[in-house]
Amino acid sequence: MASRDPSTWGNGHVPGIEFLIKALTPLNILLAVGGVIAGTVIGALPGLTATMAVAVLVPLTFGMEPASALIALGAIYTGAIYGGAYSAVLLNTPGTPSAIATTFDGYPMARRGDGDLAITLACLASVTGGLVGAAFLLLLAPPLAKFALQFGPVEYFWLAVFGLTLIAALSEGSVLRGLIGGCIGLLLSAIGTAEVGGDIRYTGELKSLLGGIDVVSALIGLYCVPVLMDLVATPDPHLKLTHEVAGFRFREALRIAWRSKSNLARSSVIGTLVGILPGAGGSIASLVAYAEARRVSKNPSSFGKGEPNGILATESSNNATVGGGFIPTLVLGIPGTPPDAVILGALLVQGIRTGPSLFSEQSQIVYTFIYGLFLATILMLPIGLVIGRYAFKSIVSIPKAALVPSVAFLTILGSYAVHNNAHETQQMVVLGLIAWVLGRFGFTASPIVLGLILGTIAESGFVQGYLIGNAKGSALMEFLTRPLSAGIIAFILLTLLYPLVKGRIGAPKLPSNE
Amino acid sequence: MKPLSKLLLVMAAIAAGAAIAAYPEKTINYIIAFGPGGESDISARLQEPYFKKYAGQTVAIQYKPGAGGATAWSQINSAPGDGYTIIGTNLPHIVLQPLQKDVGYKTDELANVYWFHFTPDAVVVPAGSPHKSLKDLVAAAKKAPGATTFSGSGTNSANHLAQQRFDKLAGIKTTYVPFKGTGASNTALLGKQVSGSWSYTTVAVQLGDQVRCLAVAMEKRHPILPDCPTFKEQGYELVSGAYRGLAVPQSTPAAVKQQLSDLIGKINKDPEFIKKMEDKGFAMIDAPVEKMGAFMAARKKEYETIAREMGIVKTKK
Repeated sequence: MASRDPSTWGNGHVPGIEFLIKALTPLNILLAVGGVIAGTVIGALPGLTATMAVAVLVPLTFGMEPASALIALGAIYTGAIYGGAYSAVLLNTPGTPSAIATTFDGYPMARRGDGDLAITLACLASVTGGLVGAAFLLLLAPPLAKFALQFGPVEYFWLAVFGLTLIAALSEGSVLRGLIGGCIGLLLSAIGTAEVGGDIRYTGELKSLLGGIDVVSALIGLYCVPVLMDLVATPDPHLKLTHEVAGFRFREALRIAWRSKSNLARSSVIGTLVGILPGAGGSIASLVAYAEARRVSKNPSSFGKGEPNGILATESSNNATVGGGFIPTLVLGIPGTPPDAVILGALLVQGIRTGPSLFSEQSQIVYTFIYGLFLATILMLPIGLVIGRYAFKSIVSIPKAALVPSVAFLTILGSYAVHNNAHETQQMVVLGLIAWVLGRFGFTASPIVLGLILGTIAESGFVQGYLIGNAKGSALMEFLTRPLSAGIIAFILLTLLYPLVKGRIGAPKLPSNE
Repeated sequence: MKPLSKLLLVMAAIAAGAAIAAYPEKTINYIIAFGPGGESDISARLQEPYFKKYAGQTVAIQYKPGAGGATAWSQINSAPGDGYTIIGTNLPHIVLQPLQKDVGYKTDELANVYWFHFTPDAVVVPAGSPHKSLKDLVAAAKKAPGATTFSGSGTNSANHLAQQRFDKLAGIKTTYVPFKGTGASNTALLGKQVSGSWSYTTVAVQLGDQVRCLAVAMEKRHPILPDCPTFKEQGYELVSGAYRGLAVPQSTPAAVKQQLSDLIGKINKDPEFIKKMEDKGFAMIDAPVEKMGAFMAARKKEYETIAREMGIVKTKK
């Protein structure tokens, strides 16, 4: 048993450094390696999310020591978030919702033959983001948890509106098509039993729609099905191999990452901060980071066409949400992200009570876990590179006749696994066909998915904020005068007006294609 | 032909008899109608090792979330009734959902076998709240009707019902703000977005010092929350909460139901299990299959009365 003397930590030097040694037992290292491998593989399969990876493997951890169990779960989680990048890059299908924005530049890179470089970049970015998130968890957890609590329903509403403004920034070619896509997504989010109020909407008497459209089945349908149909419809190979797959292109990736260190740092911090907010999550974090990277870029028109900085931004921010999400989970006992909810349940079964006292009373477990998370993140570099290269090689070398059926099989499996139910598979197929048709008319999947995810958040935030505001006297004041709300509204205006303002002062050197 | 069919019948009977005698002789599929990490999951996880201890068999926990549990409950009767598929059921959900809409099952179509615990309703406020007692809270609500806000998990949930009943009992008007699940409701509570929370004893235990528990809806105080008085002590007849039990497909033979009920009853008496459950804020109850009819009739009457008052009954009587 470690000493509980508070004087050994929290006064200047890194807290709980003595627990680093504890984290480094052979068993824990083995668990971290196994966890990262299992997580990466599960995350890479379309439809199998980080939440599922953690949930499936939770029972295995009940026989373990609490700290070891936590290390294994943290490793699975962080691996799965990284693994989601593979299918985003190679199949244009986000393996997890966190990897939606990775498709924007990852798939164009793969199409032009740089899939291996994209995956190595994703690996470097994920490790960087993971380490930044874990560092915030180690050093600043209690104050950051307090910050998260400042976000009430009204702030979530404005945050969702902010996310919706990004649709305009992210839609390529036609802003109008992007906005229409976003509206389709918002309408889809209204289907089913209303989260607040319990009304049943647009289900057309179908019981399979009572639960609403599931985000994961929508992801698989909207992204993956059109890719599969196009593969069958065209004679070209899926990805062209322009060069010999020899190394990892590690030096090249490292050079790019080093040049973009400010992008990596900014995106990692965005990821951590969004991760702390319960109710936001990796998908929003990576979108915000992507939009910011594009906004400050000297060359914004290259985004969406295979810009390495796009991948660096999304993959560093979504892995930073891992450490960020653990902050409210451990400090407040409120899960920061959906996988955290599963981990919190596992902790309760283990008999660990989270909350502010956890850091003082059970500091041994907490710090061993945090160092374990560092360990798992660092291990992700070699493991991720090796698995990534293998994934790339197999996707480019498998003949199309084998690739299409196996991916199609995975889409069925993944959508069924969402709720162990065929309803989600039906939704996936229908949405996939709709997406393919819409694709003919130049609509892309991302605005639809964004509308679907953000619509739910905006709606509950609005109704809850309205109820609370009315109880206080004025709903309008509640929405407009809270300091954080005002800040987010300012950001929304900045995003919307920035292109106009930028056009007025200092004419841009590069012609924009919008 | 005749003798052969007779023989087959006898053999089937013997096989069935053997199956019943040895139940359970393989892994039991334990379906949770919610996602992982919630209270239904945690209590099932706590039961898990005792299936091994008392029956020598493992259980495989499977999640089928969707439509507040309705997706899984509406499908349970199509599973084989051999005792190897069991499902967690929740009250008031399985009474309220079919009252509000056609959710694909009726309350009486679920073959409940045992109700094994409940999470009593509780009123909690942030630790720094000016409301030191339930009396303070009621006084504040009387002074400014509607201005006191409570977060709770979902519309028409056990929390919502309790809030409505208490408002009636105390003659006050408060605002209920539904959130998606306990986690989101707790976030609003700790962030002081609301005056307090209609919640459960489990939440009061989990959030510990960050909150103050003003009242629990139990007959006696909860052993883990000795400082939190009951509503009854403070003059309000309120004993309620979210009950959790187990059901099987309707086609399951009565003998198997009985054996399963006996098994859950045995687990429910294990002192170690009781301690683990109570440490987390759960409260034990025992409603085995023998008493199921009376238990369900009482609950149904109770919930239907409130549901009609709240105007949430949408289906024809």
